[in-house]
Amino acid sequence: MIQAPVTPILGRGGVIFLVLLLAVAILVPVLNLFATPGSALHVPDYMVTLIGKYLCYALLALAVDLVWGFCGILSLGHGAFFALGGYAMGMYLMRQIGSRGVYGNPELPDFMVFLNWKELPWYWQGFEYFPFALLMVFLVPGALAFVFGWLAFRSRVTGVYLSIITQAMTFALLLAFFRNDMGFGGNNGLTDFKDILGFPVQASTTRAVLYFCSALALGGCFILARRIVSSKLGLVLVSIRDAESRTRFLGYRVEHYKLFVFTVSAMMAGLAGALYVPQVGIINPSEFSPENSIETVIWTAFGGRGTLWGAALGAIVVNAAKSWFTGLLPDAWLFILGGLFIVVTLFMPKGLAGIFSGWRWAPRPPVTEAAKVSTQAAE
Amino acid sequence: MRSLAAILMLLLMTCGVWASDAAQLINALAPGDFKERETAISALAASGAEEAAPVLQALSGGNLYVRKSDGKVFIAETRGDALALTDPVGMAAAGEGAKADIEKIKINNNLRRLISNALGGLTMVSTDPAARRKAALSVLKSGDPAALPSLEKAISDEKDAGLAALMKQAAAAATLRSDRSDAEKMAAIGVLKERTDRDTAALLTAFAATTDSGLKDAATAAAQSIESTLARWAAVQNVWYGLSLSSVLLLAAIGLAITFGVMGVINMAHGEMVMLGAYTTYVVQGMVAQHAPGLLPYALLLAVPAAFLVSGSVGVALERCVIRFLYGRPLETLLATWGVSLVLQQAVRSIFGPTNKEVTTPAWMSGSVDVGGVLSLTMNRIVILAFALAVFAGLMMLMKASTAGLQMRAVTQNRPMANAMGIRSNWVDALTFGLGSGIAGLAGVALSQIDNVSPNLGQSYIIDSFLVVVFGGVGNLWGTLAGAVTLGVANKFLEPFAGAVLGKILILIAVILFIQKRPRGLFALKGRWVEA
Repeated sequence: MIQAPVTPILGRGGVIFLVLLLAVAILVPVLNLFATPGSALHVPDYMVTLIGKYLCYALLALAVDLVWGFCGILSLGHGAFFALGGYAMGMYLMRQIGSRGVYGNPELPDFMVFLNWKELPWYWQGFEYFPFALLMVFLVPGALAFVFGWLAFRSRVTGVYLSIITQAMTFALLLAFFRNDMGFGGNNGLTDFKDILGFPVQASTTRAVLYFCSALALGGCFILARRIVSSKLGLVLVSIRDAESRTRFLGYRVEHYKLFVFTVSAMMAGLAGALYVPQVGIINPSEFSPENSIETVIWTAFGGRGTLWGAALGAIVVNAAKSWFTGLLPDAWLFILGGLFIVVTLFMPKGLAGIFSGWRWAPRPPVTEAAKVSTQAAE
Repeated sequence: MRSLAAILMLLLMTCGVWASDAAQLINALAPGDFKERETAISALAASGAEEAAPVLQALSGGNLYVRKSDGKVFIAETRGDALALTDPVGMAAAGEGAKADIEKIKINNNLRRLISNALGGLTMVSTDPAARRKAALSVLKSGDPAALPSLEKAISDEKDAGLAALMKQAAAAATLRSDRSDAEKMAAIGVLKERTDRDTAALLTAFAATTDSGLKDAATAAAQSIESTLARWAAVQNVWYGLSLSSVLLLAAIGLAITFGVMGVINMAHGEMVMLGAYTTYVVQGMVAQHAPGLLPYALLLAVPAAFLVSGSVGVALERCVIRFLYGRPLETLLATWGVSLVLQQAVRSIFGPTNKEVTTPAWMSGSVDVGGVLSLTMNRIVILAFALAVFAGLMMLMKASTAGLQMRAVTQNRPMANAMGIRSNWVDALTFGLGSGIAGLAGVALSQIDNVSPNLGQSYIIDSFLVVVFGGVGNLWGTLAGAVTLGVANKFLEPFAGAVLGKILILIAVILFIQKRPRGLFALKGRWVEA
C-alpha cells in the first residue's frame, strides 16, 4: 500500500514534534542554569542528564524507525551501531584523560597499563583529535552497516532471517568486546572520563551543552529522515517495504535503496551513541547485548512505527516509565515491559502516534484464511 | 641379648607361628649397628609379611622406636610429653610410653635408600591389586632401575593379565635407565610403544637424547608414534565434546524447528519454555524428595513427562492467547513473544527467587566411562546425547507416521485444502505449537543436569537455537540435526586454536556469511511458495 505521492516534508505531527523538542531543548538547560536551586522551576543536574539520555535513545529509535517503518528491515542489531559510536567517542574521551589516570601514564589509558601494554595499538591512533573521533563516530558504524548490508541485501536475506543475523552480529560484537585482548577495556569498558574539548565532563554547563547538542542532533536527524522518506527515494523505500518483489520487477535496484537507508540509519545510531557516552560517563560491552536492540524496537513500535516522531516519543515515554517504575516497583518493570510488547503488537499496531494524530495509515485488512496461507507460505 | 630373644620367642610362639616370625623379624631391627640393621631390613622385606610395609615406612619416617626394657619395637607418635605406642603386629594400640623408656631406631641415608627400594618391591607383591597397580605406575613414571629386580619377581607371580602387562611396561621403563644390554633395551622400547600417554613419550624422548646407538632412532620413532596416537585421540576427544555440545544444541533447537521451522512462528519465548522445563525438574525433585524419598533416583524420569506437559500447556495457552492473532506477521510475532519471554522470566524470578536452584544428578547419571585409557566420557553427557537422539527419533516418527503428524504437515502445506478435508486447522495450530514448546520443556530437563537452573537459563540458548534452525534450513528436521552437529563439532574444533570466546565469534561470523550464500539454509525447501 503505497502512500499518497504528495507528502509534506514534515507533516503536522512533525511540526508539533519539532516545536516541542525546541521548547524542551531550550527550557531545560535554562531552568537548570539560571533558576535558583530549590525553587519550583529549577531543574536539577541529574534531570538534565536523564532527559539528555532519553533524547539519545529517541535518536536511536528514530534510526530504527527509518529502516523498519519505511523499508521493512527489522534490525535487531541497531544497538551495535549505537555502541560503536559510543566507543569511538569513549576512545576520544579516554585519550583526553592523559596523565590524570590512576597510573599517570600520559600515553596509555589505565587498562592498557594494567595489561602491561607498552604502546598504543594502531586502531587507537588519531583518537586524541576530536574531529577524527567525530569522523569515526559516523564512519565505523556506517562502514559496518555498509559491509553487512551489502552482503545481506545482495543475497536477498530478508524478513526474520535478516533480523536473526543482525542479532547474531551484535551478539558476536558483544563477545568480542568482552575480550581484554581487543584493547577496548574488556568487561569494564571505558570510563572515568575527565574532559571533552577542554571542558570538564562533570560540570553542569558542559552537561547542559551536551544536552542541547543531543536535542539538536535529534531534531536535525528527524528533518533529514523526513526529507529522505518524503522524497521519491522514500516512496521507493515504502514500496520495498510493502512489496519487495514487485518493486524489483518494476526495475528498481532494491538492494541499493536498502543499503543506502540502512547505512544512514546506522550512522544516526552511531551519533546517538556518541552523545550518550559523555552524558552517562561510561561505555561497556553490555551496550551490545541483543536485549538492548530488541528493546529499541519496542520503543519504536510503542511510539508508532513509520512516523519517525512517534518512534522518538515512544523511546522517551518508555524510558521515563522505566526510570519511574524501576525506582518504585523494581520487580514489576519486566512485567510491564513484557506486557507492553504484547499489548502494543496485538492492540496498538499504530502505537501512540495512532492515538495522537489525525494522520491515517490505511487500516490493515483483517487477516483472512487465504491471506494467512499466502503469507505463511511466503515465510 | 640372646637370652632375651629366646624368651621373646617363647612368649611369641603362643601367638601363632606367622605372628611370631614377623615380630621376631621386626624386633631384629632394633639391636646392633647399621650393618646389622641392613641385614634385618632385607630379611623383613624378603619375608613378605604384611606388617613389613608399615613398619619400614615408620622406620624411614623416624617413627619406629624400641622399648629399652624388653627390646620390643613399636610404631610411636609424640603425644605431649609421652609417646603413643602401636604394636606393629596386628596394629593395635599399646598404651603410652615415657620418652625416657624408649629409644628411636636410627637410620642413615644408605638405609633410607634400601628401605625405599624394599618398599617398592613390597607393594609390588602386596595382596591389594590397587596397591600393586599404584607401585607399577610409580615405577613407570620414575623409570627407576633399582626397582627392576622386584618388578621382575612380581611379574612372574602376577595372576592378573592387565596388571602383568602394566608391570612389564614399568619394567621396560626401568630397563631403559639401567645398564642392561642393548637388545633388552630394544625390546623395552617395543613394549613401551604400546602405551599412549605423554609421560611415556617424554621418557622415550629423554632416553633418545642420552644414547646415540641404533636405539636412538628406535626410541625417537616410538616416541613419535605415541605422539601421533595421542593426536588421534585428541581429535576423537574433540569430536566427542563436539557431539556432546551438538546434543545440547539439538535439544534446544528441535522444538524451535517445529514452531519456527514448520509453523513459521518466531517464538522468542522458546528459551523460556526450556527454562520452565528445568524448573519443573526442580519442583518434581523437591516433591519426590518430600513424599517418596525412595523414588529420588527416578525423579528425573518423572520430570520428563511433567516438563513436557508444563511447557506444552504454556505453549498452547500462548498460541491461543497471543500468537493466533499474529499469523502472517512474523516481525510482530517476534516482538510479542519477546514480551512473553520477559514476563515468564520475571514470573519465575518472583516465584523461585533470582538465585540458581540446585537440581541433583542421580547416581546412574554420574561417573564416567573410560575409552582406550585416554578418553573419559562423563555419564551425564552420554545420557543427554542418547536422550537428544531419542527425542529426535520420536519426533520424526510422530511427524511421519502418525495421524497428528499428517495433519500438521497438511495444514502447513495447504491450509484451505486441509480445512476442506475436515482438519480443524485451528486445533492443529495449537497442538503443533504445544508440541514444539513441550519438546523445549524436555530440553529443560536435560539442561538442568549440566547448566545452572536460573531464570536466565533460556536466554543463553535462544540465539544458538535460532542459528541452528536457520543454518540447517527452515522446515526440515534433518536440517536441524545436521545444523546442530555441524555447529557443535566446529565449535569444539575451533576452541583449542582460538579459545572459547573467539571460537564462538568465528562460528557466528561463519553462520552470518553462510546465510548470505544460502539464505534458506543448508537444506532449503524448494518450490513455488518458498520465494516471496
